[in-house]
Amino acid sequence: MPLYHTEDQTMLADTARQFMADEGAIAKQLRHWRDTGCKDGFGHTLWKQLAELGFTGIMVSEDDGGLGMGHVEAGIVMEEIGRNLTPSPFLTSAIAAATALGASSHELKGRYLPGLLSGDSVFAVAIDEGRKHRPERIATQAVRSGNGFRLDGAKTFVIHGASADMLVVAARTAGSDDDADGITLFAVPRDTVGLSQDAVRLVDSSIASHIKLEGVQLDADAVIGEVDGGREVLNRVLNAARVGAAAESVGVAAGAFDMTATYLRQRKQFGKLIGEFQSLQHRAAHLYSEIEIARAATFKAQQLLDGGSEKADLMVSVAKAKAGKAAGLAVREGVQMHGGIGMTDEYDIGLYMKRDRALAEFMGDQYYHAQRVAQLSGY
Amino acid sequence: MSDLKNFREEIRDWLESNCPPEMRQPVKDEDDVCWGGRNFQFKSEAQKTWMERCAAKGYTVPDWPNAYGGAGMSAAEAKIWREECARIGARPPLSSFGIWMLGPALLKFGTEEQKIHYLGQIARGEIRWCQGYSEPGSGSDLVSLQTFGEDKGDHWVVNGQKIWTSYADKADWIFCLVRTDKTNKYQGISFLLFDMASPGVSTKPILLISGNSPFCETFFDNVTVPKEQIVGELNRGWDVAKYLLGHEREMISSTGGGDRAASLGSAVSRAAALEDPVLRAELALFDVDALAFTAMSEKFMDEVKVGKGHPAQPNMMKYAGTELNKRRLELVMAAGGSAALEWESEASNGGSSARNWLRTKANSIEGGTSEVMLNVVAKRILDLPGA
Ligand SMILES: Cc1cc2nc3c(=O)[nH]c(=O)nc-3n(C[C@H](O)[C@H](O)[C@H](O)COP(=O)(O)OP(=O)(O)OC[C@H]3O[C@@H](n4cnc5c(N)ncnc54)[C@H](O)[C@@H]3O)c2cc1C
Repeated sequence: MPLYHTEDQTMLADTARQFMADEGAIAKQLRHWRDTGCKDGFGHTLWKQLAELGFTGIMVSEDDGGLGMGHVEAGIVMEEIGRNLTPSPFLTSAIAAATALGASSHELKGRYLPGLLSGDSVFAVAIDEGRKHRPERIATQAVRSGNGFRLDGAKTFVIHGASADMLVVAARTAGSDDDADGITLFAVPRDTVGLSQDAVRLVDSSIASHIKLEGVQLDADAVIGEVDGGREVLNRVLNAARVGAAAESVGVAAGAFDMTATYLRQRKQFGKLIGEFQSLQHRAAHLYSEIEIARAATFKAQQLLDGGSEKADLMVSVAKAKAGKAAGLAVREGVQMHGGIGMTDEYDIGLYMKRDRALAEFMGDQYYHAQRVAQLSGY
Repeated sequence: MSDLKNFREEIRDWLESNCPPEMRQPVKDEDDVCWGGRNFQFKSEAQKTWMERCAAKGYTVPDWPNAYGGAGMSAAEAKIWREECARIGARPPLSSFGIWMLGPALLKFGTEEQKIHYLGQIARGEIRWCQGYSEPGSGSDLVSLQTFGEDKGDHWVVNGQKIWTSYADKADWIFCLVRTDKTNKYQGISFLLFDMASPGVSTKPILLISGNSPFCETFFDNVTVPKEQIVGELNRGWDVAKYLLGHEREMISSTGGGDRAASLGSAVSRAAALEDPVLRAELALFDVDALAFTAMSEKFMDEVKVGKGHPAQPNMMKYAGTELNKRRLELVMAAGGSAALEWESEASNGGSSARNWLRTKANSIEGGTSEVMLNVVAKRILDLPGA
């Protein structure tokens, strides 16, 4: 598989780019929902529009009514979301939860996929339990009870948890906290008794929940995949969410970079355009190079995932780390090269900085993933 | 698709029965590379066999047309060839400035006779080329070069001096930038080819900090160059020179880890990596960058083969690849500790770590410095003003 887009993918990219630039623009979405104090932090109308374009079902199989596409295509949409900082439940619903549902029973698919395809439902994934991403450790307990399970524990950093109709929850049905085995995934409706949320606004204006699960009673049919054997599906969900977040980071980096390069071509000081200063040119050129490399790494990871390659795990971590690194550099250089105006709320570059910070933490930062690269490489 | 599958099978079988086991070991250093040429001394029978077998099939230059000594492979086939070679660790059968630099320039600018003649010699490893660009006063500012070719009707008489001419003392021929019009800076340079054995050519090796002496000062004292040995038009050699530099930069970028899929952390001393958590972390962060760059190299090559991608992208690749390679060898030295300092001992393979480490410092100078690469990216890709 060559590492450039096929004709179909190019068309998809054109559609996504145009749509996000028009409908997902910062003024129309991010600022609007932020400044009106929206409790969801995103617009349901846009989510519906994404459904009309088929995007919400991009990773849902054709048999189940979706587009049956892969990580490369989902990544194309993610990059445009990143470029426009468009708040949307696409990553948690159409990528992460959809991956989990893809591995679920006919019954669960029938219950949840139609809502996703129509844009009526929003999903979230509840995996993290501490302030740093560490899915190797899962302490939330699910014990057999009645004709199903009872869940007790706490989850944190659950993006869109409060808006979600259903949450994919990773819980332990056997073993101790650090065991790889003994994990089970559950599809938990938001209004289930015993599930409480403390929704908080984050630095980037997205809304995340601290979730408490206190005696949450679920029927056995809420199980996604195998009881005790959920690690495999969980890894698939993690890979999907990580590579999706990496693609979003590439978009954030590219968006911040475009703004900055444009500014370098416009702003004058000392009687010159600031883009004529070699110190800024070199930093901009270095940044360009980092973003190109991050995009290539992300593309490669998407392809390996779509091809079911055993090297995908490694490359997903490379992509998440590299994209995070590049985006971090892009937003820092972006603010610096804008000077004072870069520090103002009115100007958009600071919004990129905020989004990058939240994305960096989501599904593991560059340190977590570099560590994972070392482990997967055997040192 | 199934054609490509068959092709892969074919290549795999051919490699299996034709690539000698010794040629599946990594190249130790520059001395261990098969450079070809009139006076080349093969390091082993295996090295000779491997080059000859590949040359006979056109595999030394797989994507050149058959008529010019290549195998006429498509982009997809050439990728398969590279992947299959990488799979068994097969060395390049032949490496040369002819393949990396002059060949692509001739394919674009050469006459049919020049292509048949010179490309065939390159593909078969018969003639080794060197590059006469830099002069004592003209490095980054190459276009200021002074070496002059005086028009004598059916030939030029060339006088002047080049410097940093890699392998000038081992090369058979030189591709050389020569001023043929003193009144016009950019459109006053011609791209000439001539035999290093021509009367009036002399070389003087320069010792590098690595202790090796792979490059020279090169002097031209009334050297006669027949008129048919020009590539492209008179006074338009700068176009050829720039095009060639794109390929040179592409090539140098891949020494920066482009073809190395293996992680550095797993290649260096495990003990060193595991005992010092800070070093281990540095290795891990390096591996993220290196593996990401490997994907970038693959993407870049894929795009080049089908004419996608920005034409100035090789400058970005060269910058990123060489800076990465310098970082790689810094970490190799750190992980190697005092053992990596040994300069001559047998245990250190003649100081190969230390010498390689020093050699990599040239990566971001040769073929255009990192600063110049960034200038080009800023101007040609980012369209920043001035520059
Ligand atoms: C190992 C090796 C092999 C080589 N092989 C060959 C060969 O085979 N053939 C050949 O012709 N040449 C060869 N070269 C020469 C090489 O191309 C030059 O060294 C290179 O182009 C830099 O020129 P210079 O050495 O004159 O440095 P200078 O141009 O003098 O540069 C000195 C410093 O100034 C910086 N600088 C210069 N201009 C600018 C600018 N506009 N903006 C910012 N910074 C700037 C440079 O980046 C560098 O850091 C080789 C060099 C090495 C090290």
